[in-house]
Amino acid sequence: MSNARTAVKTSNTRRPGVAWRVVLDRAEPLIEWIIRLCGWSAIFFVFAIFFFVFWEAVPALFGGVNLIEFFTSTRWQPSSEVRPEYGILALLVGTVSVTALAMAIAVPLGLGAAVFISEFCSGKLKEILKIVIELLAAIPSIVWGFVGYMVLGPIIIWATGAAVGVNLLNGGIILALMSVPIIVSVGEDALKAVPDSYREAALSLGASRWEIVYRVLFPAAKNGLLAAVLLGVGRAIGETMAVLMCTGHAVQIPHGLLDPICTLTATIASELGESVSGGMHYSVLFMIGLVLFLITFAVNLAADLVVKGVRNEQR
Amino acid sequence: MSLRFNLILFCLLLAVLACGCDRSRENSVAIRNEGSDTMVNIAQAWAEQYNQKHEDVSVQVLGGGSGVGIASLIDGNCDMANTSRKMKPDEMKIVREKRGDEPKEFIVGYDALAIYVHKRNPLESISMEELADLYGEEGKLTKWFELGVPVGTLGTDKIIRINRQSGSGTYFYFRKAVLGKGKDMKLGSIGANGSKDAVSLVSRTPAAIGYSGMGYATDDVKILKVSRRRGEPGVAPTVANARSGAYPITRPLRIYTIGEPAGPVKEYIDWILSPEGQEIVLQLGYVPMESNE
Repeated sequence: MSNARTAVKTSNTRRPGVAWRVVLDRAEPLIEWIIRLCGWSAIFFVFAIFFFVFWEAVPALFGGVNLIEFFTSTRWQPSSEVRPEYGILALLVGTVSVTALAMAIAVPLGLGAAVFISEFCSGKLKEILKIVIELLAAIPSIVWGFVGYMVLGPIIIWATGAAVGVNLLNGGIILALMSVPIIVSVGEDALKAVPDSYREAALSLGASRWEIVYRVLFPAAKNGLLAAVLLGVGRAIGETMAVLMCTGHAVQIPHGLLDPICTLTATIASELGESVSGGMHYSVLFMIGLVLFLITFAVNLAADLVVKGVRNEQR
Repeated sequence: MSLRFNLILFCLLLAVLACGCDRSRENSVAIRNEGSDTMVNIAQAWAEQYNQKHEDVSVQVLGGGSGVGIASLIDGNCDMANTSRKMKPDEMKIVREKRGDEPKEFIVGYDALAIYVHKRNPLESISMEELADLYGEEGKLTKWFELGVPVGTLGTDKIIRINRQSGSGTYFYFRKAVLGKGKDMKLGSIGANGSKDAVSLVSRTPAAIGYSGMGYATDDVKILKVSRRRGEPGVAPTVANARSGAYPITRPLRIYTIGEPAGPVKEYIDWILSPEGQEIVLQLGYVPMESNE
């Protein structure tokens, strides 16, 4: 559109416009290439990062670390003078337990909020809720960490008599609050995608609102809702700063909600800076990175496949 | 447009190059400083502060460990070696043989680790043996009442051990000073990221005990006196006690040079020992040489 306008103008008065247009025409393939490059770069970066992490993990992966011990030992003594031990079972259990706890809180909360926003409220309230929940997603993880560490920790000690405020419960609650926005927004989209004819049909059969949600919408949107939950799981597993601050970072298998734990991500964050570059400890930390990469990759892939399933069903 | 952009880019590039050249030309004097990991932060802070005042002197700081620093000093790869231990006799012998000069030692500060508990904790003193029993892998100490704290005062009787993240310099030093060589810490302690974090965790956890530089004390925590053996009177980690060696978890921080230093290196060491340099020691949570109070 603007091109046409400049063409008209340049035809009678301004010569430089013509040159400008010529430049633009010449540049078009170049611009196309730049855009193409932008697209490809995403793929390139993923592979480059994977390769980098893998490369740094090679010394530990092939020689130095016994893989069976790596996955089954709970002894994480990387800086021992006598015999360094690299067992990540406690860290794995920590990551899994805090994620599970976070999901136990976030899934009912998130799906409930999604149902409420999509089905039970309208107008201004709906808009406000959506904006506020998006705002929740925008809070940086370090700020969540502060909240857990400074506010939630003392509250947990006061309310439960726990010995220490930074523990599994604290980390789980903070992670849950961090995953809720994702679950709500993806879940709401899934519910919105259910055609209104479903709701009308159910209403005409005399179904109550709850019955519509439970019997009609949930089954119809189940893939989308599952994808929402999986994306929330991915968020919880990968989170680092907040869990490092809120879980206590203690290498042990938790026996209860009030025990401090240690996660895979937090271990990398706290120890990478101190480990000798190129040493075994350093390499093992990258191996943990590889394990994390595989876990989040599996979760994201599952979410993608499920979402794809949604699209195909709707067609 | 694109021409102008290129021009700007070119100018920027030139400017960057010019800056780079300028730097290397101006900083004609470079002091190479290598050694102890415990002292890396402090050495870095000295170097930065000194460079702000003397732009013609740049100090390159490397870690690696006390032994690495001394080896490097002997080979002539550095001008000053930072060490958190005394030079060994055989190392001194090599210096004399290889360099034909005596090593010169400067004590530039002290590193004292204070034992912190919550301010509500009635405990006043703890012994090194008890600390080893608490933090060591074979240690059996897990309950506050075993240390004489009445049950119920801290909410729970379980001792919450606050540790530093595995691999940090303070972690290594504490492990060696309290447990001795070749011993490991008991797993399951809470890992604090940084000296300040360790103290703030103690301040929020009534049943906790932790260690950190004495410079990190706040109103919400209490510093315990430390004795070498059970039953002996404890010593408070004061600047005076740290300097005299009466406080057991203290070590001097040293800098070694070959022979009497001269020129920029001497000026730099003099500055480190001056009130200005020692102020940095205090700021970083170590014990300065002269009392600044």
